[in-house]
Amino acid sequence: MVEAAGTLEVSIWRGGAEGAMQRYQVPARGNQTVLDIVTHIQRELDPSLAYRFACRVGMCGSCAMMVNGRARWTCRTHASRVIGADGRLGLRPLANLPVIRDLATDMAPFFDKWARARGRFQPKDAPDGAVPQEFHVVPPASKQRREADAGIECIGCGVCHASCDVVAWNPDYLGPAALNRAWTLVNDVRDGARQERMEAVAGDAGCHSCHSTQSCTERCPKQLDPSAAIAGLKRSLFWDTLLGRRA
Amino acid sequence: MMDLRPRSHPTYLAFLVHRISGLLLALFLPLHFWALGGAIQGEAALEGFLRWTDRPLVKAAEFGLVLLLAAHLAGGLRVLALEFLGWRRRQKDLVAASAGISLAAGLLFLLAVF
Repeated sequence: MVEAAGTLEVSIWRGGAEGAMQRYQVPARGNQTVLDIVTHIQRELDPSLAYRFACRVGMCGSCAMMVNGRARWTCRTHASRVIGADGRLGLRPLANLPVIRDLATDMAPFFDKWARARGRFQPKDAPDGAVPQEFHVVPPASKQRREADAGIECIGCGVCHASCDVVAWNPDYLGPAALNRAWTLVNDVRDGARQERMEAVAGDAGCHSCHSTQSCTERCPKQLDPSAAIAGLKRSLFWDTLLGRRA
Repeated sequence: MMDLRPRSHPTYLAFLVHRISGLLLALFLPLHFWALGGAIQGEAALEGFLRWTDRPLVKAAEFGLVLLLAAHLAGGLRVLALEFLGWRRRQKDLVAASAGISLAAGLLFLLAVF
């Protein structure tokens, strides 16, 4: 690793819902990620610092935090790219979720929203969850398959949820990730719970609350487009309502 | 506490323009109805008001109004297009087109006035 001269001034949120920023001096290195910095602080300076990570290579999505005010995967964020002209780095826990301690948030409300949006695959032929007798044929080039493919790579890191103003204004709003998941299932021809799912995403806290600011699409580290998925849900609900297809 | 999450991408600015132009237009509506009400009061009252609006300063304010209306209309068409047509990769182009259309409408009005 290339050594770079100097130290970094890093401020980190300490505490739960109530707390304060605490400053640390961290050696600057030529090639370090924000997660490297947090790990350095926890191992060398202050073992009481709470944070969360697992894979360190952008697969698990557990290390997302607010980096200088913007939700990012810290493992895939080079410090040199985000340190401002003033040489400072500010780290806070992921926005729009309860803080457990320091940089660790409680992700339960985020995943509860997936459940509320009926984010679980419900096999068409076997409501009891049994393996269906016949396999569905899903042509890879079909419109529905392509719609589902566009959103299926979500790993549930919560970056879009933390970046969404509508979630900040209305904590009940299902949010981009849960609605994106719902849209992939609406386009899954093997799924049998379309009706219930559409009702689940149609309420006050559902897809119609979205203002299409597209912060979710802008920030998604997987380059997914939850905003387009939400637009798809709105469109489907519009036609379902107009044509009397809703129960 | 002020939320400092940066909001600078084009689609966020488009949202702001759409929302703020809508609010300002809503504030203008009572004035609009009051002026229309002048017609009920009699021809002279309306004529007097219309002559007052011929002043350059009022015309300049009208330019702002037309721009607001054009921005709100173009922004609304953009939202309808992105929600009903399901366009994915062309959002920035749509934002730019909306801005262009509103500016063009405002400039056309200026040309018509002066």
